[in-house]
Amino acid sequence: MIELCNVSITAGQFSLQQISFKVHQGDYGVLMGQTGRGKTTILESICGLRNVVSGEIFVRDQNITDWSPGDREIGYVPQDLALFPTLSVQAHLEFALKLRKWPSKDIALRVSKLSKTLGIGHLLKRSISGLSGGERQRVALGRALSFRPSVLLLDEPFSALDESTRTEMHVLLRAVTESTGVTTLHVTHSNEEAEALANRRFILQDGVVSEAVQAV
Amino acid sequence: MPFFLVMGGLSSSFILLIVLLLAADLVFISPHEFKAALLKPEIQAAFRLTLISCTVAAVLSVWVGTPLGYLLSRYRFPGRWLVDTLVDIPIVLPPLVLGLSLLILFHLPIGNWELEAWLRDDVGFPVTYRWPAVILAQFSVACAFAVRTMRVTFDQINPRVEDVARTLGCTRGQAFLQIALPQAWRGIIAAATISWARALGEFGPILVFAGATRMRTEVLSTSVFLELSIGNLDAAVAVSLLMVAMAVVVLLLLRVLGTGLTA
Repeated sequence: MIELCNVSITAGQFSLQQISFKVHQGDYGVLMGQTGRGKTTILESICGLRNVVSGEIFVRDQNITDWSPGDREIGYVPQDLALFPTLSVQAHLEFALKLRKWPSKDIALRVSKLSKTLGIGHLLKRSISGLSGGERQRVALGRALSFRPSVLLLDEPFSALDESTRTEMHVLLRAVTESTGVTTLHVTHSNEEAEALANRRFILQDGVVSEAVQAV
Repeated sequence: MPFFLVMGGLSSSFILLIVLLLAADLVFISPHEFKAALLKPEIQAAFRLTLISCTVAAVLSVWVGTPLGYLLSRYRFPGRWLVDTLVDIPIVLPPLVLGLSLLILFHLPIGNWELEAWLRDDVGFPVTYRWPAVILAQFSVACAFAVRTMRVTFDQINPRVEDVARTLGCTRGQAFLQIALPQAWRGIIAAATISWARALGEFGPILVFAGATRMRTEVLSTSVFLELSIGNLDAAVAVSLLMVAMAVVVLLLLRVLGTGLTA
């Protein structure tokens, strides 16, 4: 569950006031709105990369407003993916697990299963440079899901992909989110993407987030 | 065609000047005189101290310049502009003034207390007019170049990558050490190389703060000055050529490592 209660955020000259909305446990929410209206800012606040001026953010029914990003247990895929240039694909999938000091046997099992699910098992030893757009998306998704977060935040992750790869990623993402039950909030401009993935749709307009479509 | 003639003509005048300077030095001294000058015990001692002091100054510069460059690149904090300006002061300050300032700092009486006296009498580590003064004088200027290099390096690294690492469980420190620093390795090598080369050419602050005592605080740049002051032009030119060779090796190293700063 993700819930924002009267959250106000300031980022330089830009600000959002009294934002409130809720994505229920296991739902796939899509947040839409015009460019430059603060969708990314909202995601950054939820995952702790941007401080809120006032209001409260709840995840898993816990008030995480003042928690550090690492303590929030939220998987995050930014628009530019922000893959680690010096690490291999395997190291990306292992990264969060090593930080959590998982036993190496459990890490190997988790990486093996996740890489199979995402179809990147054959890429594990490769470095990030030279991967295709679709492969990079899968690695970023795998890195975000590796530690089994209860919440996944996606910031226009498919905007740079060609149509066939995007459709492929929609199918994969739907399958992964349904099988893991992860609560997802996905920022996109694409109606097609919202149709394919969302069961809740939120619109950010004039600094207000409203729910456009009820769960199907 | 006129475009290339004008541009090439103007550019080649500077290149020609450098080539002529080096050629004049090479023609001036015979191989025999060059070898004889470099075999002098004073020059060899200066060579050893130069290698050691430049290396220590470069390591210290990178050690300090990396975190400072990172902070200036990543964070907006009160007084940042002041820090940014202060970092540049050793670059723009006349070298003799920097040396004089170091000398005054170490000998300024604060009540009954004086930094140099405290280091000498209580710590047992005198600095002024000894080899540590050479390193400190070199470090004072070289570090400013290391900070600038590291700042540019971190400016070119996507900060979003560290943000994502923090959402995965990293502290700020872990994100710096595990994500930012490995990406900055070329910049670190560039900063070390530039600091080393800058320390090699340092003269004014060393002369004022460390003196130019033969076999004790003499580095190659002061050797040139000392040999000139006693009219030994051959030795001065020989040491100059040695320094040119050392600088060329450092610049070639920088280019081979492909830091982009020499592209």
